Amino acid sequence: MAPVKVFGPAMSTNVARILVCLEEVGAEYEVVNIDMQAKEHKSPEHLARNPFGQIPAFQDGDIVLFESRAIAKYVLRKFSKSAGVDLLREGDLKEAAMVDVWTEVEAHTYNPALSPVVYECLIYPAMRGVPTNQKVVEESLEKLKKVLDVYEARLSKHDYLAGDFLSFADLNHFPYTHYFMGTPHASLFDAYPHVKAWWERLAARPSVKKISANMPLKF
Amino acid sequence: MAPVKVFGPAMSTNVARVLVCLEEVGAEYEVVDVDFDAGEHKRPEHLARNPFGQTPAFQDGQLMLFESRAISRHVLRKYKTEEVNLLREGNLQESALVDVWLDVEAHQYNPAISPIIYQHYLIPMRGGTPDQKLISKSMEKMKKLLDVYEARLSKFKYLAGDFVSLADLSHFPYTYYFMATPYVSAFDSYPSVKAWWESLMSRPAVQKVISQLPKQ
Repeated sequence: MAPVKVFGPAMSTNVARILVCLEEVGAEYEVVNIDMQAKEHKSPEHLARNPFGQIPAFQDGDIVLFESRAIAKYVLRKFSKSAGVDLLREGDLKEAAMVDVWTEVEAHTYNPALSPVVYECLIYPAMRGVPTNQKVVEESLEKLKKVLDVYEARLSKHDYLAGDFLSFADLNHFPYTHYFMGTPHASLFDAYPHVKAWWERLAARPSVKKISANMPLKF
Repeated sequence: MAPVKVFGPAMSTNVARVLVCLEEVGAEYEVVDVDFDAGEHKRPEHLARNPFGQTPAFQDGQLMLFESRAISRHVLRKYKTEEVNLLREGNLQESALVDVWLDVEAHQYNPAISPIIYQHYLIPMRGGTPDQKLISKSMEKMKKLLDVYEARLSKFKYLAGDFVSLADLSHFPYTYYFMATPYVSAFDSYPSVKAWWESLMSRPAVQKVISQLPKQ
């Protein structure tokens, strides 16, 4: 079986989202860089993979996909059984629903609060040479604290977000949180001991360590 | 079996997303209002259903859920039949395409269309004036998206392929409200998108949910 292909820079958060799932299921894959500076993501060749001109895109034989969470789920569905992992729990109505709930929370609540801090502190200064907008950072940190209050309550009841089992919902939090830990605000998590412990469990996973190695905190 | 419960205002777009799925599968349900003006969404009883104090929330027996797309997935998974299979989870390729276009709705379409809905409907309700600059900016984004949708829907009857799915239905609530704004004529330049929208509107489940929406 040919390795699957993930198109996009290895250090990109949304590429990493897929790669960590590929590692968890032990699938063979290839990362094909897309040169964002050279606008390769807007080339006809890439638009054929992702008509919105974004990264990542993905190819498995004839199947071409985009949107990182959709790609990651495809990978987990295809390779989980042979790998002996079950990160989606689609065989159990209740567990699958909880995985879906907390996957949505990451996308619609956690990420919008946390990612502006990553963009303002790390990405924009490095990529655009602009200074950090402290107002955006402060507003985001206030929102993030409220979100982490809920996460703290949840993770003091269960080891992981969907329940007492690791799932796709937890792994979705890895890429942006990894970069958040490289900002001056990482210590925010110290006020949330269960969240911190959960993060440390995730960060200690071999799959997460391996992918993190390609995501330097100094840009 | 007791009817499932959907907690939230009946006119809410995200509540409607769940209701259209319940109608598609023919499940019995009850809508329980949550009074935002009275701060009900921030009180302990509702926070126990949705710890972020948002709507919808959902109850199916002992199972409590929130996030409308997660609730919708649960409903479609639980009540799936041969005829009504809107997630395609048994098929690797089809389920992936449903997920792709559901994520497009959530991460691209919705962020472009919802500011228009918010400015046009909600701001005046609070005594304010819609921000035309923001609406124009959102319309520009919408048009770029609709270019891609037009290309897709000129090849396939529905977004995930030649079968209707949650990806299509998820577009219903916000698009429905959009169609009652002055900006509706934007869709005239996209004949395949318009045809797709009309076929969604003609679905009995969609008509049923529309008939239950409070008059604006």
